[in-house]
Amino acid sequence: MGVDLALIWAMIIVFGIMMYVVMDGFDLGIGMLFPFVKEEAKRDVMMNTVAPVWDGNETWLVLGGACLFGAFPLAYSVVLDALSMPLLLMLIGLIFRGVAFEFRFKSKDHERHLWDKAFIGGSLTATICQGMALGAFIEGFPVVDRQYAGGPLDWITPFSIFCGLALIVAYTLLGCTWLIMKTEGSLQTQMRRLATPLAWLLLVVIGAISIWTPLAHSSIAQRWFSLPNFFWFMPVPILVLLSLVMLLRAVKIDAHVTPFLFTLLLIFLGYSGLGISLWPNIIPPSISIWQAAAPPQSQGFMLVGALFIIPFILGYTAWSYYVFRGKVTHDQGYH
Amino acid sequence: MFGLDAFELARIQFAFTISFHIIFPAITIGLASYLAVLEGLWLKTQQAVYRDLYHFWSKIFAVNFGMGVVSGLVMAYQFGTNWSRFSDFAGSVTGPLLTYEVLTAFFLEAGFLGVMLFGWTRVGRGLHFFATVMVAIGTLLSTFWILASNSWMQTPQGHAIVDGRVIPVDWFAVVFNPSFPYRLTHMAIAAFLSTAFLVGASAAWQLLRGRDNPAVRKMLSMAMWMALFVAPIQVLVGDAHGLNTMKYQPAKIAAIEGHWENKAGEGVPLILFGWPDMQRETIRFAVEIPRLGSLILTHSLDQPIPALKDFAPRDRPNATIVFWSFRIMVGLGLLMIAVGLCSAWLRWRGRLYQSILFLRFVLAMGASGIVALLAGWFTTEVGRQPWVVYGLLRTREGVSNHGALQMSVSLIIFILVYLSVFGVGVRYLLRLIRKGPLSAETHPSGGPGQQRSPARPLSAVLEDIDDDADADIKGRNNSSDQSDESRS
Ligand code: HDD
Ligand code: HEM
Ligand code: HEM
Repeated sequence: MGVDLALIWAMIIVFGIMMYVVMDGFDLGIGMLFPFVKEEAKRDVMMNTVAPVWDGNETWLVLGGACLFGAFPLAYSVVLDALSMPLLLMLIGLIFRGVAFEFRFKSKDHERHLWDKAFIGGSLTATICQGMALGAFIEGFPVVDRQYAGGPLDWITPFSIFCGLALIVAYTLLGCTWLIMKTEGSLQTQMRRLATPLAWLLLVVIGAISIWTPLAHSSIAQRWFSLPNFFWFMPVPILVLLSLVMLLRAVKIDAHVTPFLFTLLLIFLGYSGLGISLWPNIIPPSISIWQAAAPPQSQGFMLVGALFIIPFILGYTAWSYYVFRGKVTHDQGYH
Repeated sequence: MFGLDAFELARIQFAFTISFHIIFPAITIGLASYLAVLEGLWLKTQQAVYRDLYHFWSKIFAVNFGMGVVSGLVMAYQFGTNWSRFSDFAGSVTGPLLTYEVLTAFFLEAGFLGVMLFGWTRVGRGLHFFATVMVAIGTLLSTFWILASNSWMQTPQGHAIVDGRVIPVDWFAVVFNPSFPYRLTHMAIAAFLSTAFLVGASAAWQLLRGRDNPAVRKMLSMAMWMALFVAPIQVLVGDAHGLNTMKYQPAKIAAIEGHWENKAGEGVPLILFGWPDMQRETIRFAVEIPRLGSLILTHSLDQPIPALKDFAPRDRPNATIVFWSFRIMVGLGLLMIAVGLCSAWLRWRGRLYQSILFLRFVLAMGASGIVALLAGWFTTEVGRQPWVVYGLLRTREGVSNHGALQMSVSLIIFILVYLSVFGVGVRYLLRLIRKGPLSAETHPSGGPGQQRSPARPLSAVLEDIDDDADADIKGRNNSSDQSDESRS
C-alpha cells in the first residue's frame, strides 16, 4: 500500500495537540488571569465565557493521548513513563481546575474563595507541567530495550523550567485576548491593558527558546541553519515578528476580535517552529514515527474512523461555539 | 510503603482511581438517558412536571459529569505512566478502541453538553432535545468501547502475537469477543439501576420529610417501575454472564463459588457463606445447600464445576475477595427485586407514596446500585488475576519500571486529592439532591421585581444551597431567588 499511515497519524496527532493547545490554552489562561481580577462579579463573567466549552476543549487532550496509545504504542509507553511525574501533577491541576467550574457556583459564599484558589492553582500547575513536559520532550529520552531508561526526575532541567514559564506567558496572553473578544466594559479595558506587556513578554520567551534550543542541540541547529533549509524556514521568525506587530496594533486601536486571532497565529507559528525542530522523531532524540508505529492493522482501522468522524466533531464543535457566540455579560451568566 | 513493592502499589493505584471513576460514569450514563426521557415526555405531554424534573436533575448531572471527566482523564494517561509494558504489548488493540471511544463518544458528549446545560433558551426546543439525546447516546457509546476493551482483555481473540507483541488480525472478533455482549448488557443495566435507586431514594427522602408534590411523586414512580422490570432482567443477564465466564475463565468461577475440589459422582453444593482460606486451600465455616451449585452453573444435579485445586497456586485468583464481592452484588440484586415487588404491591393498594416503612427501605437502598456495581467490578477484575490480558500477559509483566518510592508518593497524592475533591463534590451533590425538585405550583414565575434573564433557564432550579433544606418551601424560593440574582 502506498499510503504512509505513520505519517498521516503523526499529522493527526500534531493537529489534535494543536487544537488542545489553542483551545484549552485560553481556558487555562483565564485561570491564571484570576489573580489580576479581584471582583467576584467579573470572575463570574470570566468563568462563564468558557463554561459551555471547556469540557470539549479538554477532550482534545484525551484524543492526543488515545491516538498516541493506538497509533504509536511505543511512544505512548516510553514518553508517558518518562513524564509520569509532570503528567501526574498536570492531571491533579486539571482536576482542581475542572471541578472548580461546577463547584464554584454550587458552594456556599464563604467557601467560594477556596474554589477560586483551586481554579488559579489548578490552571497554573497544569500549565507549568505541560510546559516542562514539553521541554523535557525536546531534550529527549534515553531508551533501552523499548523501555525508558532514565530517572524519575530527569524532566527537571533549567530548559524545561524555562519552557514551563514560557507556556504560562503564552496561555495567559491567549486567555487575555479571548476575554477582550468575549467581554465588555471595565473587564475588557483591564484585559486590554494587560495584553501589551504580555505580548512583549511572549516575544522575549519565544526568542529565548529559539536561541537556546539550537545552542543546546546541534541536530536542531543543523536543521535550521543549514542551506537551503534556512531559506525555507526563514518565514517562520519573520511571520512571528509581523503578527506581534499586528497584535500590538490591534490592541491599541481597540479591536475586539483581531487580538485573539493574532495571538492564535503567534502560537501556531511557535508550534510550527517546534515541529520543524523535532521532525520526524516521536521519541527524541532518535526514535522516528516509523520506528514507533503500531502495526498497519491498527493504524488503518483507526484511520477509517478518524477521517470519517473528525469532520463531524469539528462541525458540531463549531456549532456549539456559534450557539454561545457574542459577548458574555454579568446578567446572563450561564450558571 | 507498608512493605508493598512498586507493582502492588501500581495495582492499588489503578483499583483506587478506577473505582472512583466508575461511580461517576455510572450515574452519568443513567441520568443522561433519564434526562432524555424526561425532556421527550415534556415535549410530548407539555406537563410541567417533566420540565421541572429535567431542570432539577440536569444540575446534578452537570456536577457529576464534571467529576466523571476529570477522573477519567487520569485513567487515559495511567496506562502509559504505570503500565507501560502492558501498553507496549497490547496498545495496538486497546489503543485504537480507546481512540474510537474518544472520537465517537467523548466528543459527542462534550460537544452537545454545553447546549444541553446552558442552551435551554438559546436554541429551539427540538434542537435542545436533540442535544440531550446526543449526550445520552455519547455515554452509551462510551460504555460500548471501553467495555469492548476490557472484555478483550478478559477473553482475548482476533489477534496474533508477533515479536512478543499483540497484532490485531480481525477487528470484528476483537470487539465482539466472547464475554463482550454479556458484560456490555450487564454494565449498562447496572448503570440504569444505580441511577434509578438514587432517584428513588431522593424522592423517598422528600416524601419522608413531608414534601409531597407531583414532581417528587413522579420521580418515585418512575424509579420503581425501573426496579420492578429491570432488576429481574439483571439477574437473568448476570446468570448468563456467569455461564459464559465458566467457559472462558473457569478459575474465576471456582473462586466465586469458593469451590476447592470435585468429589467424583457428587453434585456440587452451593456455598451461601463461608471464608475461603487461600493458605489452607479450603473454605471454612461454610453454610451450603447440596447440589444447588451444580444446578445453577450446569443446570443439572451432579455435574462437576471448575475447582480451585485444578489450577496451580500461581494461577489462582484470590478467592476470599471474589467470593464475598460476588455475594454482596447478588445479595443487593435480590434486594432490588424485593423493592420492585413491594412497590408493585403498594401501587396496586394505592399506598406507594404513603407507606413510611417502604419509603425508608427505598431510602436505605439509595446507594445499593453503586455498591453492587463496584462489587461486580471487583469480582470481575480480581477474579481474572494473575492475568492482565487473560492467558497472554501476567499483570506483573505489564507494569512500568518505577521505584516503590515514586509509586508511594503518587498513590498518596491520588488518595489525598480524590478524597478531598470528590468528597466535597459528593457533598455538593447530596446538598443539591436534598433540595428536591420544585413542583409546578411553586415555580418562581418572574414578574415585577424579578429581572430573571431568559438566558438563565437553569436558575429556575434553585442552586443556592446555603439555606437550610428543611425550611418551608415557599420561603426558600424567595430567599434563594434573591441570592441567586445577586450572584450570577
Ligand atoms: C461503563 C462505562 C465506563 C467505564 C468502564 C470507564 N469509563 Fe471513562 N467515562 C465514561 C464511561 C466509562 C463516560 C460515561 O463516558 C464518562 C463518565 C463521566 C463522564 O462525564 O463521561 C467518562 C469519562 C472519561 C474521560 C473524560 C472524557 C472527556 O473528557 O469528556 C476519560 C479520559 C475516560 N473516561 C477514560 C476512561 C478509561 C481510560 C477507562 C478504563 C480504564 C474508563 N474511562 C472506564
Ligand atoms: C469501571 C469499573 C472498573 C473497576 C471498578 C475496576 C476495578 C479493578 C480492580 C479492583 C483491579 C485490581 C485487581 C487486582 O489487582 O487484584 C483492576 C485491575 C485492572 N483493570 Fe479494572 N476495573 C474497572 C474497569 C476497567 C476497564 C474498563 C479496564 C480497561 C480498559 C480495566 C483495566 C484493568 C487493568 C489493566 C487492571 C490490571 C492492573 C491491576 O491489577 O491493577 N479495568 N480493575
Ligand atoms: C443478582 C443477580 C446477579 C448475578 C447472578 C450477577 C452475575 C455476575 C457475574 C457472574 C459477574 C462476573 C462476570 C465475570 O466473570 O467477569 C458479574 C459482574 C458484574 N456485575 Fe453482576 N450479577 C448480578 C447482579 C448485579 C447487580 C444488581 C449489579 C449492579 C447494579 C451488578 C453489576 C455488575 C458489574 C458492574 C459487574 C462487572 C462488569 C461485568 O463483568 O459485567 N450485578 N455479575
